[in-house]
Formats: sequence, C-alpha cells, structure tokens
Amino acid sequence: MKRIAGWILAALVLAGVAWAQSALLINGAGATFPYPMYSKWFDEYHKKNANLQINYQSIGSGGGIKQVTEGTVDFGASDGPMNDDQLKAFQDKHGFGILHFPTVLGADVPTYNIPGVTGELNFTPEALAGVFLGKVTKWNDPLIASANKGVNLPANDIVVVHRSDGSGTTYIWTDYLSKISEEWKNKVGKGTSVNWPVGLGGKGNEGVAGLVKQTPNAFGYVELIYAIQNNMPYGRVKNSSGTFIKANLESVTAAAAGASKNMPDDFRVSITDAPGKTAYPISSFTWLLVPAKFSDAGKRDAIKGFVSWMLADGQNYAEALSYAKLPKEVVAKEKLALANVQ
Amino acid sequence: MTSSLRWRKFVSGFMLTMTGVCAVVAVSVLFLILGYLVYHGGTSIGWNFFTKLPAPVGETGGGMANAILGSAKLLMLASLFGVPIGFFGAIYLAEFSGGTIAFVVRYAADLLNGVPSIVIGIFAYSLVVLPFKHFSTLAGGFALGLMMIPITLRSTEEFLRAVPGALREGAMALGASKSRMIATVIVPAAYRGILTAILLAFARVAGETAPLLFTAFGNRFWSPGWNQPTASLPVMIFTYAIAPYEDWHRQAWAAGLVLLGLILVVNIVARGILARGIAVPRS
Amino acid sequence: MATTTTTVPSAGPVVGSRSFLSRLREGDEIARLITFLFAASVVLVTLLLVFELWQGSVLARHKFGLNFFFTRVWDPIFDQFGALPFIYGTVLTSAVALAIAVPLGIGAAIFLAELAPQKISDTLQFFIDLLAAVPSVIYGLLGVFIVIPLMRQYIQPALKSTLGFLPLFQGPAYGVGFLTAGIVLAIMVIPYIISVSREVLLSVPRDQREAALALGATRWESTWKVVVPFARNGIMGSIFLALARALGETMAVTMVIGNTPTISASLFSPGYSIAAVIANEFTEATGDLYLQALIELGLVLFLLTFILNGLARLMIVATSQKGGGMGHA
Repeated sequence: MKRIAGWILAALVLAGVAWAQSALLINGAGATFPYPMYSKWFDEYHKKNANLQINYQSIGSGGGIKQVTEGTVDFGASDGPMNDDQLKAFQDKHGFGILHFPTVLGADVPTYNIPGVTGELNFTPEALAGVFLGKVTKWNDPLIASANKGVNLPANDIVVVHRSDGSGTTYIWTDYLSKISEEWKNKVGKGTSVNWPVGLGGKGNEGVAGLVKQTPNAFGYVELIYAIQNNMPYGRVKNSSGTFIKANLESVTAAAAGASKNMPDDFRVSITDAPGKTAYPISSFTWLLVPAKFSDAGKRDAIKGFVSWMLADGQNYAEALSYAKLPKEVVAKEKLALANVQ
Repeated sequence: MTSSLRWRKFVSGFMLTMTGVCAVVAVSVLFLILGYLVYHGGTSIGWNFFTKLPAPVGETGGGMANAILGSAKLLMLASLFGVPIGFFGAIYLAEFSGGTIAFVVRYAADLLNGVPSIVIGIFAYSLVVLPFKHFSTLAGGFALGLMMIPITLRSTEEFLRAVPGALREGAMALGASKSRMIATVIVPAAYRGILTAILLAFARVAGETAPLLFTAFGNRFWSPGWNQPTASLPVMIFTYAIAPYEDWHRQAWAAGLVLLGLILVVNIVARGILARGIAVPRS
Repeated sequence: MATTTTTVPSAGPVVGSRSFLSRLREGDEIARLITFLFAASVVLVTLLLVFELWQGSVLARHKFGLNFFFTRVWDPIFDQFGALPFIYGTVLTSAVALAIAVPLGIGAAIFLAELAPQKISDTLQFFIDLLAAVPSVIYGLLGVFIVIPLMRQYIQPALKSTLGFLPLFQGPAYGVGFLTAGIVLAIMVIPYIISVSREVLLSVPRDQREAALALGATRWESTWKVVVPFARNGIMGSIFLALARALGETMAVTMVIGNTPTISASLFSPGYSIAAVIANEFTEATGDLYLQALIELGLVLFLLTFILNGLARLMIVATSQKGGGMGHA
C-alpha cells in the first residue's frame, strides 16, 4: 500500500514535469474592469494563432503597474494612466519607457435604491459632489429635487456606498468629482483609494451593487457594464454642455471622441467631463501598458500583432459584452503609435 | 432521591442536550452552505467542467480543468513542504525539547498562523517570485505550505502529548531507544489525531485565494511543469464571483462545490487508506 | 543500565546517564537533531517574515513613528495613515467571533466525544471538517447573500428592540458591521475548535471518567469537572488556532464588515480590520509611502497577535491547577 502511494506520487511528479510546452506564453496583469473583454480577445486571438498563449490575470491596476515594472509580466493593464513618478520608475529600472494603448471605454453610473421611486433620476454635478461629501444628506434635498421635478423624493437619509478596494472605478468617479468640485479636489482628491467623508465600503462592483440593492435609501456608483448586466436602475448625469445624459455605449464613445481632439500623444488623458453634446461625463479609457522595447523578438511581434488586431477586429467584440468601443480618431492615432514598440 | 441529586441530574440532562444542540447548529450551517452551493452552482457542473479550459464570457462549454489540476499540484507541493516541518517539529517539541525552546517554537507557530494570507503571499512573492522574475507553481506551493505549518505543528504536538505515559514506559521498559519508541509506539498511537491535524491544515489552504494572487498568479491555459503560473480553483472563484456576468457567478459557485468535493474525497481516501488500526483503543 | 526519570504523564526530555555514544548509536541524537532543525525552521521563517515586514515598512515607520498607533485617519491621497480604527476592528470582530465560536465549539466537541455513538460522531466530524475547507471567498459571498439580509431584516432589529439600551446595540442597522463580521468569522473558526477539541477529549483515558462516575458524579459533572479539565491544554490550543484564524482572515471579513474606518461602541456599526484593508488596497496601492503604510499595518497585526497570544497564555498559567492533564503552556 505504501508502494501504491509511492507510485501515485511519482506519477504526479512526472506529470508535472514532463509536459512539453511548444506555444509561446505571454503573461499580462492588471485591471479587473476589462478582464472579461481581454479574456474574450485573448481567446479569439489564440484561436487564430494556436502557438500563442496570452495569459492575462486581473490582480488590479496597481498590481499591473507594479508587476510590469518589476518585469514579472510582459505587459500590464490599468484603468488609470501611470503617473509621472511611475513612468520614471519604469524608465530608471529598464532603461527605456513604457507606452499606453487605450483598448476600450468604461463609465461609472450613479445607482440608487429609493423606496417608492422607480424611474430614472437626474443628477447635477453639484448634487453628486454634495452627496459624496456628506453635505447633501436627504433624498429630498433641493440639489437633487430641483433636477427631478415631479418625482416624489422622500425625506430619508441617504446611505452612501462607495468602493472599499482600490479600483479604477473609484479613480474615474473621484477624478470626475475633482474636476467639477473644488471642495472635493481639496478635501478628498482623486485616486484608486481615497479617504471617503461618508459612506459604507463595498468590495468590488458586486459589493457595492449588493449593498445598494439590499439597503433602502442607498446611493452608490458602479461600472456601466455591471449595471447593464444586472439590470440595475441608474440615473442621468448632466454633462458639460448642460444636457442630462444617460450612460450607454454611444454616449461613452462620444465622450472619447470629444476628447480625442486634444489627446496627447501618449494617450494618458482623463476624459471625464468631456466636451460634446452627447458625451457622458463620467467615462474613461482603460489602457494596455506595453514596454517600448522587447529583448525577445517573438514576444514583441506577438504583442504588436495582438494590438493591431485589437484595434481592428477586436473592437467588434466589445459591444456584445457591453464595453464601449474606441472612436475611430483614437484608433487611427494608436495605429501610428504602435510603431514605437521595438 | 434527594432534591439536590434531582437537580444535578436535571442539570446533567439539560447541559448534555445543549451540547447536542451545539453540534446540530454547527452541522446545519455546513448543510446550509452545501445546499446553497448545489442550488446555485449545480447546473454548471458537468463533464465540461472537469475537462475543458475556461471559456470567455458568453461562450458555453468552458470548464475549469486547468484550475483543478493546478490546485492539485499546489496542494501537493504545499503538503510536501508544510507537513514534514509541522510533523517533525512537533515531535521535537513533544519528545525532545525543554520548556523554553518549546514555548518559543509554539509562540512562533501561533504568530505565523495569525498572519493574514495576503501578507504570506507578499512574503512568498519577495522570496520566490521577485528574484526569479516570474510567477510559478512553486511559489504558490511555498506560500500555502507556510500556512500549513502552524496547524500541523500545534495539533500534532497536542496529540503526541496525549499519548498515555504507560505506553512510553512500556516501550522503554522493553529497551527501546527514544527514536524507536517514537516511531513505533507513540506516533502510531497518535495517528488519528495527527491525520486530523494534517487534513485540517490541508483543508485550510485548499480554499485560500490571496496568497496565490502574487505567487501562482493564474493561467487561462494549462501550466506545464512547476515553474509557470498556474490556475487554481480559489482564484477562479474569486475572479468569476466579482465579474458582472451571471453565468460566471454560477461557475464560481460550481467551483466552490467542486473544491469541497475534492477535499471530501481527500479526507475519505486519507482516513480510509492511510489510517490503519490504532494501537490505543478508544476510551 | 539506564536510569531514566520520566514523570507521569508528561513527556519531557529523557534526562539520563546513558552514554552519548550509546544514544548516538541508537539514533536518538540524530533524531533529536533532525527534529530540532525542523522546529527551528519554524522560528526562522517567522523571524524572516517579521524582518521582511520591518524592512518593507521603513518609510512609513520613520514618517509616523508611534503616532501610527493612535491616528484615526487613513488617507491615501494626502498620505496620512493611522492604524487605530483597524486595530479596533480586528480586536472587536475576533472577540465577537470567539465569544460565539468557543461555547458552541466546545459544546459540540463534548457532544461528539462523549455522547454520540462512534459512527455518528465520526460522520458528523467528517462534515464539520468540510467547513474548514470552504474557501474564504465563498464564506464572504454567503455572508453577503445570506447573513447580511438576515441581520438587517431580523436579527439587528430584534436585538435593538430587546437590548437596545446597551450602547452595543444602537445605531442604524445596515446589515454590515462588526457583529456580522464576527458571526461569519465564528462560523469559519468553529471547525478548528470542534475538530481538535473532540480528538483531545477522545484521548482522555477512560479511567478518569469512570473514577468520577464511581464517586457519584452525574454524566455532565464527570464530563465538565474531570474530562474537560484533563483536556484543557488541547482545548486551549484549539482556541489559539481559532483566534489566529480570526485575526488574519481577509476575504470574508471585507465583504461583510462595511469597510469604513470607524471606531464605535456599537456592534451594528460598519468598521474595518487590518487584514481587510490590506487585502482591499494592496493590489492597487501605488506610491511607496502608501505601500509601506500597508506593510506597517501587517507588522502591527503581528504585534497584536503577539500581545494577544501572550495575554492568553498568562491567563492559562494563572488559572491552571496542578494535575491538569498534559501540562504545558
């Protein structure tokens, strides 16, 4: 019997070791928001290139930046662009830079659970900032009610819900609030994790969604895809042109198109509160982080090949998964920038 | 019967019934969990689940075969690393050491046990991933093995100490050396408890996610050998559970069910095959 | 030949006059050395871990010093970090967890060891061991889908109406909070208490029970006053395991505690724990001070575990009587 155990052990060891690997494995790490999209893309691309396996794991935008800087993965992905310090750190460590390539667009939507209210609410930037700063405490506050005439808002206390884990979703939300509220900018700031003045923290989009669904008078923010896939009610937000826009794939793409005129060459731009009549104001790119130089030509060509495919055929898969595709102006710019990867 | 005796008998009956209630509560929680998992994830379990690689959203027919194999490899490594340290360390504590050293080792084990799993992951990352610049199954096994040590060590020590003195004296009276006494008398007598300890440690690390995020990383494909990133059931559960898609949620529940099932199988196999007859009759 | 002095029943080192050579020949010295190395490696690994945490938090330690323990603010944007709310949450949730799990666990262990027929006892134990295998993520999810609604709709209001005069049970009932986290933790740690306690109780020699019964004790008295004290140290060991698990649990806690760095006397209040904040923010943390502050929190938890373990051990020593079975701390 001990011998049987011994044989089983030996067989397992051999099974682990003797597997020959002929495909090229490329590892990437980063943002959780685009994970479903990337997994679809890498799967489709693998079908077209059987010898190439791109393994992407969502350990978080910060994790992606860290790991690609450390060199433990071949590329990274982030919902927020790398800041100057991070770019410098990469440059110092590797001797060359790292490039950003927007892939798809996402958006944050305000979602709520008010007893007796079933329709869509309108929110002005002032109302949103007021609620999350803790200054607007009741649902029937004038800041909210004035944009929703005809809706019977109760005099209940608002239960604010935000993200507890660091995330790109929070980054987008706080970036927007920093832009439209001086007080928010000075008091709280923008980042993947902030010191929230009020509110409960839910872990992940599903944590926030769960809390909002279960708690009467709750008010939180989630990713658009999340709200769509889970049939959650969410409100309209007033954009910089003064129109109340509901987030959907068109309005998000419109935000990127509006911002593309002034897009910097490295694509590190925030498109919250973007100009454009139909633009949804709380939108954002998500980026692939690709080192500018590869010592392994095979890996370089594989990644470049993927990015070209992603900009062309890949974009057609986005809508089915509720991701907004890149506007053609941005795609054109990226195709040119791809030549910088050597 | 005096009234005091009547009272004591009443107390006895009452308290013993309460212990029964405690046991029922504990077990019913488990059945609640199992039932929930079956209800929500049962439909996703099928042949595909055990044989196919993960499919992207919207495509049916995907599975978690690579995660199942990955978890098996990781747990095997973890046991190879953690169990001997815990086991032999416990033998030292119970049989050879003086009070002070034993105190220090026990304290250290308890401290190690209290470290959050994510910190263990970060620790393993800096030791095994960073120097080699890639994630690997080895790193994951190391992290999990670290977590197995304290439970194995502390529990095994308890059971070794619980072996009655009569057995030890008997062995020594027959002229056995210390090591022989340990190997042939004490360990077999404490076998059942030691096996319980090992299985408990095994079950604990089988469901851990955080340490694997920075060590074994994750893999959508098969992971050959021991030096590549690998998928694992807990990480898949985590990734799928936090996604927006209902189909992935069901798969997450299913994976949880499969994980429990695998632990159950390991438990049965271990107790059935490896636990031979016990020297000490149950008292 | 050998004059050994073993004390009944503890198994201490054999102090004797057997010659070194004879011990060596018998393999005892080698066995002692090898097992010592394994035991020492545990201490070494733990020290290495502390060292890494120490090194990894150097910036934060220099910037905040001892204030880290007393500051309530946690602000990653303005680089203000303090550990107090997390320490509070960790200690509180673990205390609640143990308060629930220890009586339940020991009770169940007594039932399984003393009363249940062997087959039932073994089968039930099997299932309880499975509880230890449930992934912490699933515990978290179950906490979200089952425990939180239960708390918000039934349990918290009930507690409020009956015991609401206590500051413990005041405040709005969100469903998440210290109490919910404590309950989920209790479920997670109960298998350790039951499993180990049951085995230790089973190994108490039969003559102890019989002696008590022969002296006229009821079944319960024999169990509670004789058998359980005999197995005391093993049971305490299982509680240590449970405590450690509760202190370090990350995933499940973060899903049900509300993740708000607050200090409040109310169990209904949302809160935060050290392990939860590390798990939430570590993967996204960029910026050296931020990362190092998180690692310093890990160090703080280590210190906390150290102190709590020490207090618990002191308590054991202070209350232990002679003849309490297997004697050690």
